[in-house]
Amino acid sequence: MSTVTAAVPRRRRVASRRAAAGYLFVAPFLVVFVAMLVVPLAYAGYLSLFREQLIGGTTFAGLDNYTRALTDDRLLGGVARVGAFFAIQVPIMLGLALFFALALDSGALWLSRVLRLGIFVPYAVPSVVAALMWGYLYGPDFGPIAQLFDKVGWDAPNLLGADLMLGSLANVVTWEFTGYNMIILYAALRAVPTELYEAAAVDGAGAWRIAWSIKIPALRPALMLTLIFSVIGSFQLFNEPQLLQRLAPNVIDSAYTPNLYAYSLAFTSQDVNYAAAVSFLLGIVIVAVSYTVQLAANRRRS
Amino acid sequence: MTTERLPGKRSPLLTLAMLAFLVYFLLPLFWLVVASTKTTGELFSSFGLWFADDFSLPGNIRDVFAAENGVYGRWLLNTVVYAVVSAGGAALLAALGGYGFAKFRFRGNNALFGVVLGSIMVPSTALAIPTYLVFSKIGLVNTPWAIILPSLVNPFGLYLMRVYAEDAVPDGLIEAARIDGAGEFRIFWQVAMRLLAPGFVTVLLFTLVATWNNYFLPLIMLNNPSLYPVTVGLANWAAQASMGGGGSGGNVLPLVVTGSLLSIVPLVIAFLMLQRYWQSGLGAGGVKQ
Repeated sequence: MSTVTAAVPRRRRVASRRAAAGYLFVAPFLVVFVAMLVVPLAYAGYLSLFREQLIGGTTFAGLDNYTRALTDDRLLGGVARVGAFFAIQVPIMLGLALFFALALDSGALWLSRVLRLGIFVPYAVPSVVAALMWGYLYGPDFGPIAQLFDKVGWDAPNLLGADLMLGSLANVVTWEFTGYNMIILYAALRAVPTELYEAAAVDGAGAWRIAWSIKIPALRPALMLTLIFSVIGSFQLFNEPQLLQRLAPNVIDSAYTPNLYAYSLAFTSQDVNYAAAVSFLLGIVIVAVSYTVQLAANRRRS
Repeated sequence: MTTERLPGKRSPLLTLAMLAFLVYFLLPLFWLVVASTKTTGELFSSFGLWFADDFSLPGNIRDVFAAENGVYGRWLLNTVVYAVVSAGGAALLAALGGYGFAKFRFRGNNALFGVVLGSIMVPSTALAIPTYLVFSKIGLVNTPWAIILPSLVNPFGLYLMRVYAEDAVPDGLIEAARIDGAGEFRIFWQVAMRLLAPGFVTVLLFTLVATWNNYFLPLIMLNNPSLYPVTVGLANWAAQASMGGGGSGGNVLPLVVTGSLLSIVPLVIAFLMLQRYWQSGLGAGGVKQ
């Protein structure tokens, strides 16, 4: 090496060589990250500032696509619908997952291994298959639910009708993801040191008291994680409504969820610029809701 | 009272309640198995939750693989290729990056990691249409790369691997290897990777599931049926079945049902066999934050 590097103290040279190795380790991930995440977002942001017209071609539109989106009743209706979905479905799903995790962790169950794996199995089922399957189960022709009502002689509820559709979708999502959330919570519970329970038990705390005062507070980070994933999952709902759409085209229209709307804007209406703006806004809504949820949770703690 | 490791007084009531829930989670799959043994006529004429007189499962499986010149086998193969390449690549990138962020001090380490961590909240489907727009510009639409490249980025996987590497690879061990004169990449491959293996398999498994189950991305990226993964293919058959009703599309319904069943078997088996890994890995994600 040259005299210049020799003049640098050895320790600093080692440190800078280490730093270079560190960059090399993180570089492959960061390159793909920029290419597959940053570039598409930036390009969509750019496209969203333009407008395509039959006469005059593509022109700069400033924030017109965004002002259009914010007053677009179809988009706002979709956002309100997934917001309602989130408010109803997520507490049920996470409540069940928490109950299951605590029950498995309590040691009071027979067959706990079978229960744990059985409840988790739906997570391995693709949401396409889950939606198709539940669609047939709900259906009036050969769905067992309708068959059972028929046997008893009652009118079967129209599970694919306008009144019940959101609940039917919520049931599919709950079926798919409760086990996944249960496993996250259960794994976190297993990491709580047993001495804590033992000490509480010596002090005379019962099982419910231990669950409420020790286990649930210890689950806080894991619950946060499941909540954030649920925010993302609810607001970008697409697969399930898209597949049930064929069974109930009059109930699920092309703007039933914001993502369905963005999809139909881009591929049916070919309005790429507006679709980019809608995708962008949807991303912002999701990040904003996620942060709000985190802030609210953190404030309650302190 | 009890702790989870020493089973104490068992509760029949709680067990019964949990078994009732288990029925809810398994009954739809039971229906799928039963329905796969029926012909179209029997699907309509027999009770959904029990077998019909004839056992048509072998015939249905044969029909699934024979339909449209064996396109279902092609879809399965595509799914395997997309899922394995994406998962292997994503897990490797996450392992390299997680190790780099955990074990090296360099300028911008925390800032870069913070940016990646923040991106966990960027929803994948909100990203799909922008990615489609870029890919259609550069001619990647309707190629396998359109599915594989976006699946290589797994910010949550990177986060998991960083957390995992911090604990699993002791600094002293790396230092000792350095004193022995090993280069940084040799240390990674021969020392660190062995210790990172459980975390690596977790990220591998979860990217595998995510790619296997992916629907939105291939739906918008591909319009050539011979490139479809099994999810998009099945959705197409389901559309044919619902449009044809009981008439011309009448024989498509068993294809959808049996094809659905066949598509979930590999993943269910993989999950049951590799449960040690996904459970410990998910734990690491939930405990530390």
